[in-house]
Amino acid sequence: MLELTSINSFYGKAHVLSNLDLSVERSEIVSLLGRNGAGKSTTMKSIMQIVVPKTGKVTFLGKDITGMSSHRVAKMGLGYVPEDRRIFTDLTVLENLEVGRQPSREGTVTWTFDMLFDMFPNLAERRQNRGKELSGGEQQMLTIARTLMGNPSLILLDEPSEGISPLLVETMAKVILQLKSEGLTVLISEQNLHFAQLVADKAIIIESGTGKYTGSFDDLNAKPEIRDAYLTV
Amino acid sequence: MGLFIAQLLTGLANAGALFMVASGLSLIFGVTRIVNFAHGSFYMLGAFIGYSLLQVLPGMVGFWVAMLLAAIAVGVIGVIVELLVLRPIYRAPELFQLVATFGVILVIQDLALMIWGAEDMLGPRAPGLKGIVRIMGEPVPTYDIALIVITPFVALALWYLITKTRVGILVRAATQDREMVSALGVNQSWLFTGVFFLGAALAGLGGAIQLPKGGADLLMDFNILASIFVVVVIGGMGSLPGAYLAAVLISVLNVFGVTYIPQSTLVLMFVVMAVVLMIKPYGLFGREEVAGEHGQVGEVERPFKPAGLNARLIVAAFLLVLALVPLYGSAFSMVLITDIVIFCLFAASLHFLLGIGGLVSFGHAAFFGGGAYVAALIVTYSDTPMEFALMLAPIGAAMAAVIIGWLCIRLTGVYFAMLTMAFAQLLWSLVYQWGEFTGGDDGLLNIWPSDWLNDTTVYYFLTLIIGVGGILLLRHAAHSPFGYGLRAARDSARQAEAMGIHTKRVQWVAFTFAGAMAGVAGGLFVFSKGSIFPSELEIARSFDALIVVFLGGVKTLSGGVVGGAVLETIKDFLTRFEYWRMTLGLLIIGVVILAPDGIVGSLRKASERLGITKRPEGEV
Ligand SMILES: Nc1ncnc2c1ncn2[C@@H]1O[C@H](COP(=O)(O)OP(=O)(O)OP(=O)(O)O)[C@@H](O)[C@H]1O
Ligand SMILES: [Mg+2]
Repeated sequence: MLELTSINSFYGKAHVLSNLDLSVERSEIVSLLGRNGAGKSTTMKSIMQIVVPKTGKVTFLGKDITGMSSHRVAKMGLGYVPEDRRIFTDLTVLENLEVGRQPSREGTVTWTFDMLFDMFPNLAERRQNRGKELSGGEQQMLTIARTLMGNPSLILLDEPSEGISPLLVETMAKVILQLKSEGLTVLISEQNLHFAQLVADKAIIIESGTGKYTGSFDDLNAKPEIRDAYLTV
Repeated sequence: MGLFIAQLLTGLANAGALFMVASGLSLIFGVTRIVNFAHGSFYMLGAFIGYSLLQVLPGMVGFWVAMLLAAIAVGVIGVIVELLVLRPIYRAPELFQLVATFGVILVIQDLALMIWGAEDMLGPRAPGLKGIVRIMGEPVPTYDIALIVITPFVALALWYLITKTRVGILVRAATQDREMVSALGVNQSWLFTGVFFLGAALAGLGGAIQLPKGGADLLMDFNILASIFVVVVIGGMGSLPGAYLAAVLISVLNVFGVTYIPQSTLVLMFVVMAVVLMIKPYGLFGREEVAGEHGQVGEVERPFKPAGLNARLIVAAFLLVLALVPLYGSAFSMVLITDIVIFCLFAASLHFLLGIGGLVSFGHAAFFGGGAYVAALIVTYSDTPMEFALMLAPIGAAMAAVIIGWLCIRLTGVYFAMLTMAFAQLLWSLVYQWGEFTGGDDGLLNIWPSDWLNDTTVYYFLTLIIGVGGILLLRHAAHSPFGYGLRAARDSARQAEAMGIHTKRVQWVAFTFAGAMAGVAGGLFVFSKGSIFPSELEIARSFDALIVVFLGGVKTLSGGVVGGAVLETIKDFLTRFEYWRMTLGLLIIGVVILAPDGIVGSLRKASERLGITKRPEGEV
């Protein structure tokens, strides 16, 4: 469904992704693992074309999207949830969701405000509150809900478990599994192996912007040397 | 009491047009982060187009239809400007776009001159609203009442659009984080274009609707610019209620000012602004600006290096050529080069502040004109020898810079820029309105150098020595530990603080130093011309320097000097033609679009690509 081939991405002169390959199949939950600064967020941005790869190719639904503008990538059904939350703090919860709203798309769920409020009951109570009045966890939920308003068929979640309470991490895992049961495809970036294992079907490990491992978690657990070399456990 | 009420009403009526224009500017800035200098031009076009429409559309209905059509027409012009000029350069570093909008001002000035001629046009009165009403015995024009009633409706409609509609929600979201809005599937290009339409249309409406009170003339664009910036800054960038409140505040104060302290009307507005910003640095309803939060981080800066041997030889050879001009050049060419050197020094001083210090000042003319006035006033009112007066020029400018810098340095980004402009305007209006002392609009005449210098060739050498010396001094400062500290403060204030650099103090010293160097240029200027007028303190003069620095290239050390030399030479050539403004404006726009690194920066890149010079180590 999503395919990255030999991606090379830069920030100015800093070479961050080098010859990265990655693929995600439909209805799969794939976790992108790696240490701080490994290039996980940059991979997500390169998929969204927020950072345009200098060389290499990104295909989504069989179409080459390299160099396309971000809004067109989003319109094709790629949902992006950034790591640093980036909700619109001056807008209310409802308005934040409105920004994400897109027409319904064939082959994927059409989300309504009510469906999302069912999924995130906390947000329902706070629908008239401004973004800056929400707690960190609520903000995290809001970014996901906002992206779902675009009815994506594939959703990119950048470190969804970062900086939220253990209780919320559990909720987050449930949400992700619920997305899968709705037929969505998910790519999550994670540093937390345990969390990744909880939800994902497949692991991809990167280090310094290059792929180091692709395979199942069982396989990974059988090779502790890989785990120790590229992840902080 | 009656008079008081009547004046209050006049103030409220005047606030109408001001609010419309200012809210348009605020809206455009909020979403696109572009400080649109051309906004005053949109306002002027609104007045002219409205005027022409009123010639063909009769009666009361015709009047209001004309107002509306003028607004739409200007909105369309805004869209054209956005599509042709700004869209290609959105990715350029922040504030670079303002140079392009300055080019647009010049083009529109000449277009208006071509179409409507140089005559001022008296606005026709509004059919059906020509009379007056008496309020507590005092006459108030009916049209004023109409404006007082209409403005809140315009504000309300705008408020509804922004707070209640999807478009408004998107606009507000984009004001905060446009990259995210785009990643959520919204085409920001069209959002920008839409906002430009609305902003320009509001300016056009403001221009058209003030016709019965004012009229249309070619000076409207610059005349309103300062006021709308003040309104937007007092209200807080991007805040509609703030803009309304500030427009009312300024207009009402102005009306009372005219009655009770007529000699200070121009000054008043800036005093209010300065006071507001000192108490609330981001305006009444503004949000704190965080640099770089809008995802506009430019290319990584390359370190400045001391000039290599080749560069030094070239510069030395060039200086030799300049020094020998008296042998082969005409008196005219010496006068021209004198002008250019003075301007280059002025531009280099701003470049130091802007390029090394990252402090974008919109009011650098305060120190150029200020230095010039200090020298001129001393010579006029005392028997001080010219040589001494020339030395006092930078000292006077530095003193002004110490005070203004102390007040401005606390702010950053656009707010810093606006506040510096406000102080420059304050100085300008002081000089302009304090006629008995400064000569006002008539300026100060007969400020000639001492006899031994009063000769084109000798003065040429004096300028060359002081001017080049000043430029070298600026360059030296950039490479000194002080210059490094200043750059550290620019790139990362927090890290610099951690390293023990008192960033604000370093910036304050830099501001003062740059002011003093501009004062040197001002002193040289006044004795080369023999006279000085308030125009040397004007916004336009500050903009000249700003344009030059951006055109030359902010990120290169020689940018200011090269830009200054190129622009002055081109100007000298172009001003011989009737429509030189348009040509210059198009040229500026062209450079901005084609060479976003400025003249020097682009030349350097080109020569690197062609392999003439080597790239610094480690670059790809
Ligand atoms: N805007 C930027 N400009 C320059 N370099 C950047 C930028 N963003 C990230 N980098 C660099 O790129 C590299 C990869 O960063 P990235 O954010 O993709 O890592 P990450 O795997 O998401 O890390 P984390 O787990 O900390 O979020 C890092 O070395 C980082 O310093
Ligand atoms: Mg990251």
